[in-house]
Amino acid sequence: MTRKSLWLVYALVVLALVLSACARGTPTPTPTPQPVEQPQQPTPTKAQPMEEPTPTPVAEFKCEDPLGCVEIAPGDPIRIAYMLVVSGPNESLGVDSRRGIEIAIDDVGGELLGRPIELVGEDSLCSPEGGQAAAQKIAADKSIVGVIGTNCSSAAKNAAPIISEAGMVMISPSNTAPYLTDPATRSPGYFRTAHNDKVQGRVAAEFAYNVLGARKAATIHDGSVYAEQLANVFAEVFKELGGEVVAQEAVNVGDTDMRPVLTTIAAAGPDIIYYPIFIAEGALITRQAKEVAGLEDVILMGADGMFSPDFIEAAGEAAVGAYLTSPDFTAFAGGYQEFLRKHEEKYGEKPLSAFHAHAYDGTMMLFYAIAQVAVEDAEGTLYIPRQALRDAIGSIANFQGLTGNLTCDPNGDCADPKIAVYQITAAGEWNPDDPNKSPVKIYPK
Amino acid sequence: MVSARTARWRVRLRHLSGTDVALWLIGALLLAMVLIGSYKSLQAGRYTTRQWLDFIIFGLAQGGVYALIALGYTMVYGVLQMINFAHGEVFMSGPFTAYFVARALDKAGYFDSYPILSLAIVFVVAMAVSTFVAVVLELVAYRPLRGAPRLVPLITAIGASFFLQYTFRGLYGSGVKAYPDIELLQGTWSLGPVVIQKTLVVVFIAAIVLLVGLYLFVQHTKIGKGIRAVAEDQQAAALMGVNVDRMVSMTFAVGGAGAGAAGVLYALIFKQVHFFMGFIPGIKAFTAAVLGGIGNIPGAMLGGLFLGVFESLGPSLFLEGLGVPAPYQLKDAIAFTMLVLVLIFRPTGILGERIAKRA
Repeated sequence: MTRKSLWLVYALVVLALVLSACARGTPTPTPTPQPVEQPQQPTPTKAQPMEEPTPTPVAEFKCEDPLGCVEIAPGDPIRIAYMLVVSGPNESLGVDSRRGIEIAIDDVGGELLGRPIELVGEDSLCSPEGGQAAAQKIAADKSIVGVIGTNCSSAAKNAAPIISEAGMVMISPSNTAPYLTDPATRSPGYFRTAHNDKVQGRVAAEFAYNVLGARKAATIHDGSVYAEQLANVFAEVFKELGGEVVAQEAVNVGDTDMRPVLTTIAAAGPDIIYYPIFIAEGALITRQAKEVAGLEDVILMGADGMFSPDFIEAAGEAAVGAYLTSPDFTAFAGGYQEFLRKHEEKYGEKPLSAFHAHAYDGTMMLFYAIAQVAVEDAEGTLYIPRQALRDAIGSIANFQGLTGNLTCDPNGDCADPKIAVYQITAAGEWNPDDPNKSPVKIYPK
Repeated sequence: MVSARTARWRVRLRHLSGTDVALWLIGALLLAMVLIGSYKSLQAGRYTTRQWLDFIIFGLAQGGVYALIALGYTMVYGVLQMINFAHGEVFMSGPFTAYFVARALDKAGYFDSYPILSLAIVFVVAMAVSTFVAVVLELVAYRPLRGAPRLVPLITAIGASFFLQYTFRGLYGSGVKAYPDIELLQGTWSLGPVVIQKTLVVVFIAAIVLLVGLYLFVQHTKIGKGIRAVAEDQQAAALMGVNVDRMVSMTFAVGGAGAGAAGVLYALIFKQVHFFMGFIPGIKAFTAAVLGGIGNIPGAMLGGLFLGVFESLGPSLFLEGLGVPAPYQLKDAIAFTMLVLVLIFRPTGILGERIAKRA
């Protein structure tokens, strides 16, 4: 080999490395629907923990918890951690959640049981590796009581077992992939305040079959855990209802030319294409579907990953008529207005993404459970038994949060999921809060 | 010529090593898979002729864009023997900046009243920005390292790529921006039974015109001659009174202009621009440049078109027949398999015979 071709080999190796790094780092964030301001009756958001500010003092405490106890010396803070995507392209998702946590801490006056609350954090990125690294760092710090995170389902995949192994609890504000709370794959310390996509996929399929009258469906996912599982739930329910799934295709995050895959789908002749993916690829499919022969009249439907004004901007005129599923913002409980006001005051802007309220609720649930199980001995040392904390979170029922009435089921799903279908009726507009302007909530009535 | 060829074959056969045999076997296996897959897909008759033609047309438009970007890789390689991995970001910078011009023109209604003029303005802005970024990039990041070992500028290029990405993210935000729809390019043309998107035709023709223009510039102008002289032998060119630094700058400028124009064409097809948009097309264009024979301008064009068409056709032609589920996720795998195949059978690329240091 000449030096020149060796050089080429070097370059190719570097290319391969860069590419593989890129493929692994493919962001698979959980959906980021935009927050919607809802005129709601003002309800006090005072969290329960505040009502019992001191733990029961005992003369001497002996930790008998199977997972051990967090010991907090007199005057030391209670430490909780966030594990969110706070850098990179999905940064807004993580910063948004972190602000939810910070406002929750402010709302309890910065302290719990007479101790200051200290928030530490790790960047979990939006990838399995990022989640793993962040979880390992947090798990190594035994003074941490609980974790709020992750944002992306793919980051939770590796993080949940590590956090659970360390005896800690983690409450995710925005993971929606079903497998995280599947009894076979769930980690015992894992909880979430975001909806499970089993709910979202079912609502979408029922709407498509019953309301739109679609009988042949095609699905497209982008390889992310979120999209793949959601597309599968949709396909299963659609078949169950009596429909036919004529094509199940996939693209890659970062793909731009969707015409070939759409041509393949056109050959199968579906009535509806369901593509629960993210903004960039979702907008490309929306635009290019109009240009592929045979798909002129097909119904287009996406999910909460594209429920954003950015999608409307990116898809332009082509988005008109498309359907999107999303959390039903009219179901957000009272107190959300108050939260938005505090947010504006503290950060000088509106929320950047949608899971701030879920993060707020998760943090409040954690505080509530800590206050329930913590014990202080005569010397003033605070003990938080870890297994008891898990059980306390797991048994939370009818917890009044911003996102609704939260009740944890035995698998760690704590959300109060209400999913709605919205239709885009005009290009360049984004008023999900106005019932007469695009996008219009059309299901359930 | 023929006798020289056979002689060379004889030499090759004599020096045949185990690695060569293994490589040929891999190549033969891949080729067999491609042929069997294609045969089965065509047998299945799932697509009409019109749909096959559509695949090819999508591929040609995409390939034209790849080719224009690949031009920058190949020229820089020809002159400096370095891979400018930040070229994808040069490609991004132009259309991302021109987006704001396009939006403004759209708001003022110029796209409807003077579509050609407006498009020309967008092109000029994008090409100017990309050219500027490319030239500054060379000046700041590569020139001080001209004498350094080859891996040094390579790493610098990767660093520069990140730097540019995040600079533009800081400037314009991380959201996806969409180019306005241009009335003139909407709709289709029919040529007998074939119905083609106007945008695709315009993009393909524009790409070819630009490629030919840039090629003629390099072949027939004084600056082009200078660039070729530096590519041939830097020292000798310097001794002959060629300003090497200036010629290197010009190389980057020409490559940057090509990338900027490619960016606008890309934005016309896909509408979306964002700070990360240069990464994948950049990698693909680099592949196209290697495929065509790096350092060779017609090679870059051929490599780009070849790659575009194979990416578009490949999943449904090669993989569906083999029963692979969700074949479009393997689109990139097809592109790189093609690269491996070509490099096994022609280690210097399709037009590699002329790999001699030529810009």
